[in-house]
Parts: sequence; structure tokens; C-alpha cells
Amino acid sequence: MNSVWTIARKELSDSLRNRWLLAIAIVFAVLAVGIAWFGAAASGQVGYASTPATIASLASLGIFLIPLIALLLAYDAIVGEDEGGTLLLLMTYPLSRGQLLFGKFLGHGLTLAFATILGFGVAGIAIAVLVEDVGITSLALAMLRFIGSTILLGWGFIALAYVVSVRASEKPVAAGLALAIWFFFVLVFDLLLLGSLVASEGKLNPELLPWLLMLNPTDIYRLLNILAFGEGRQLSGVLSLGNDLPIGQSGLWLGLVLWCVAPLTLAWALFRKRRI
Amino acid sequence: MSCFRLENVSYRYDKATVLQGVDLRLEPGEILGLFGHNGAGKTTTIKLILGLMQPVGGSLSVLDGSAGDSQVTRHIGYLPENVMFYPQLTGREILAHFARLKGADLRQVPELLTQVGLDDAMDARVKTYSKGMRQRLGLAQALLGKPKLLMLDEPTVGLDPVATADLYRLLRTLRDSGTGIVLCSHVLPGVEPYIDRAAILTDGALKASGNLEALRRQANMPVTLMLEPTGSLDSLENAIRQCNGVTRPVMKNINNRLQVDVRPADKMPLLTALMASGEVADVGIHQPTLEDIYVHFIGYGGLAHRGGVQ
Repeated sequence: MNSVWTIARKELSDSLRNRWLLAIAIVFAVLAVGIAWFGAAASGQVGYASTPATIASLASLGIFLIPLIALLLAYDAIVGEDEGGTLLLLMTYPLSRGQLLFGKFLGHGLTLAFATILGFGVAGIAIAVLVEDVGITSLALAMLRFIGSTILLGWGFIALAYVVSVRASEKPVAAGLALAIWFFFVLVFDLLLLGSLVASEGKLNPELLPWLLMLNPTDIYRLLNILAFGEGRQLSGVLSLGNDLPIGQSGLWLGLVLWCVAPLTLAWALFRKRRI
Repeated sequence: MSCFRLENVSYRYDKATVLQGVDLRLEPGEILGLFGHNGAGKTTTIKLILGLMQPVGGSLSVLDGSAGDSQVTRHIGYLPENVMFYPQLTGREILAHFARLKGADLRQVPELLTQVGLDDAMDARVKTYSKGMRQRLGLAQALLGKPKLLMLDEPTVGLDPVATADLYRLLRTLRDSGTGIVLCSHVLPGVEPYIDRAAILTDGALKASGNLEALRRQANMPVTLMLEPTGSLDSLENAIRQCNGVTRPVMKNINNRLQVDVRPADKMPLLTALMASGEVADVGIHQPTLEDIYVHFIGYGGLAHRGGVQ
């Protein structure tokens, strides 16, 4: 456990040193405050629209940004150490591959978690203080849910980045594959789903369809943040399938957790096979 | 307790045999020189001992445990060839990081940095370090936690002559305190005075191993005598030819001195006879060096047909 923490601690201090943590927090804060302030712009005025609308907009932007940041943060975790020549040295220390990978995950995960809490937390407090007659309880609840799911989504993509990082032999390859992962889950998946829905002309089992959304962590994340406000009025496109999902919020949370655990386990299994 | 014990160890990499039936031992308080051409299997041998890979055949025990076990690796120090570190961190930060991983006392960090001569640079980032400074940091890293087994792959690369001498002195001190040391190097004349035993690998097989005397006997290479004649060179040559029981040696005239290559067994009879003849004014004796022995076992033409990837 000690060596896991030693690795995590180095990652964490690296991201403080190169200002990654600060930069991510600032991006999140600016994003959240911007959306909150100009949320009503569509209706022709500047100001706070409503908590559900703000969270929905944040989540929609979040699915683009958070996977990207997580992948960028973590794609070189193992392949970078290998190219830098330190992986060989680390492996001669009393440190198993699992401990190294989990230490990295802890370090990167905490970096992302701190940045998220700091960035969106500050934005949430700013909204609570500056916007008149906003429901504090509902805002706090929505913000907590949003921050929690954002962290889990980020961890999921950190784990996915590791799958790439333990397999790739060079950093540029890992970067390319990480971008491909982002492209697939954020842009292609929903299109594929929609396309197959249309092409199947209703022949697909309607009870199976909503479950397909669970195959994409970004969809789970959006459902979680939008469905929580009751009726799925704002669900559009493939997300409307989410109304038929027979699992509640806890099921969605579990889905996000599984999307962290499964890729991390896969990365660990692949890392054990990597030749050093 | 042996530092390590390899018995009939083999290793294959994608069906290509890298090591074949290697028997090798190292006892505490001993410096073993591990030599071989590029791709001979030196690095593979070290990686097996470190537990980075599993042998496909044979048995291997390290410090009375199994290779790669964390209780075993805690007592091993390793300096890889071309050691690299995190460029953004300072020498002190890096050494502290590795000390924590090894469970070594953090007070060792400044001590070791001073010992390897990095006391002025310990708070500078490693990306500003020269190759020699990186090598020193690598050495400090290998010495963390007072290892019982120390393995150094090309430790003197990038070190100036004074630092090299310091390093060998340090290794001797460590050996005398009971550390077992493996030294891989291509600078054979440099390591010759410091090693207790040598092991020579070619194409994944152990060609020879033992102390220098044993290797010389095994190689049976001629000893070179440089003889300065009292009188003329010709009469000296005649005196040599008349020696009984000595295979006629190869003789060469070099600057009015006679260079005689004689079989080890013939050396003393020849010298005794020459002393008696009074034809010799001065004698120089050149035993085959480690380099000569190495070339003998490896074979000539090394550059042409070797070139395996490390």
C-alpha cells in the first residue's frame, strides 16, 4: 500500500508542478460560470436560466471535455515511463505491476477529482451567492450529483487511457489511440446507435434497446444528470431511450462505477503481459 | 547464502534462444565481471536475476528466495545501461522517490548524493544534468538501502577517469563489507584489476567462468616475453633454440629486443635455461590480459557477424 501511495503522490505532485490541476480547475470554473450566466441567452436575455437547464448544458459540454482531459492526463502513464527509461528501473523495485498501475490511477484520479471539486465547486458557490432566489438545496444536490458523476466519468476515461497505454509501444501511438477512444464514445457511438435503430425498422427488441446506452459511459453520465430532474422533457436523440431504462439512478451510478472498474482490470491484465 | 545461483538456465524470446544452459553463481563479498558481445545475453541474465522475466528452463534462486519476490528485490541494487530519470524533478526528489519505493531511510538521500559527488547539483533538475551526472545519480539509486546484491550495467559510461577510479574504490569497499557485485562492462582493461571472477558469454551460452588465473589456464594462451640481449640478438635466438623440452616459440625482433611467445608450460624451463646462459640482460613478462582472454573465447571477427539487439 505504501508503494501505491508513493507512486500516486508523485503523480499528484507532478500535476501540481506542471499546473495541470490548476488549469483543469480554471477551465471547469470558467465553463460553469459562463454557462450559468449566459444560460438564458437562447431566450434572448442574459442571466441564470434554471438549475436543471444549467446542469443539462454543463453535462452536454462535459461529455466532450472531461473524457478528453482524462485521456490527455493518462495516456502516457505506462508507455511514457517505458520511453523515458524509468519503467525498467521501477520494475526492479519492490513494486508489482498492479501496484504501479493502481498508484498511477490514484494519482491521476485524485488530480482530476480535486480539479473538478475546485472548478465546479467554486462555480456552484458563485451561483448560490450571486443569483437571486435560486433554490440552494436543489442547486447543491444537483451540483454534488454533477461533480460526483463528472469524477466517475473522468476516472472511467483514465482507466480507458491505461488500456491504451499498457499496450502501445510508443507515445504517439498511444495518443492516437486515446483520441480514437474519445472519437468513438463521444461522437460515433450515438450516431451508430441511431443509425442501427433506423436501419432495423423496429425489428430490434424494444426492451433491449435502452440497455445499449449503458455501453457508453458518456450516455450514462448525461442520463444521470438530466433524468434526475424528473420527466425526460429535455432528452433528445438517442437519449430518449433512457426513459425506458428499467434501472433507477443507482443503476446508472453503478454503470459508471463499472466503467471505471472494468477498463482498469483490463489494463492490469494487459500490463501483466507487457514485456519490459 | 548465495547472492544468486543459476542452474542450467535457459530463456527464449519469440522462439529464438537467448540463453542456453547457463550455470552461474555469485557469493557475498565477490565481484563478478560479466562479459560478452552485444546480444550475448548479459542483459537477459541480469533481467532474469531481477525477476523481470521468468526462465523457460532450469532453476534460479536469488538471495535464498525467488527472483522478483519483493522481499528479495528490496535487497538488490541495479544500475541499468543508459539510466534515465524524470527530467522535471531534481536529483534529490528523484532519489527520495526511489528511496520511498525501496523502503530505505530517507536520510540516506543526501548522504548518497554527496558520496557520488552530486552535492552541488542535488537541487538542480535532472534535465540539466550531463551524462556523467545522470550516471552518478543512477549509481546513488542503486546503492539505496544498502543492497546485498548490486548489479551494474556499464557503470563507467560517461564518468571521467577520477570518478571511475572513485567508483571502483567504492565497489571494493562494498565488496569487503559483504556485498555481492556483478559488473557488466566493455572496458575490460578498466575492470580487470577489480574483479574476482569473470564470466564470458557468447550467443547465450557461458563460454568460460572463473578467476583470471583459471581462465588463463583454460585458454592456454602464450605468454609474451620481451628479452633484451646482453650481446647480439642472434646469439640470444640461438640460446632459445637450444633449449631442451621447449616447443620452438614464435620470435620477433622489435627494436633490438626479442619478443618471444611461449606456451605457459614452457615459460619457466625457458627462463631458467636463459638465465643460466647469460644471454639475457633484462626480461619483461606479459601475461595475457582479460582482453586477450576475452577475444580468445569470443573469437575474432566480432564486428562482422555479431550485432544482436540488447
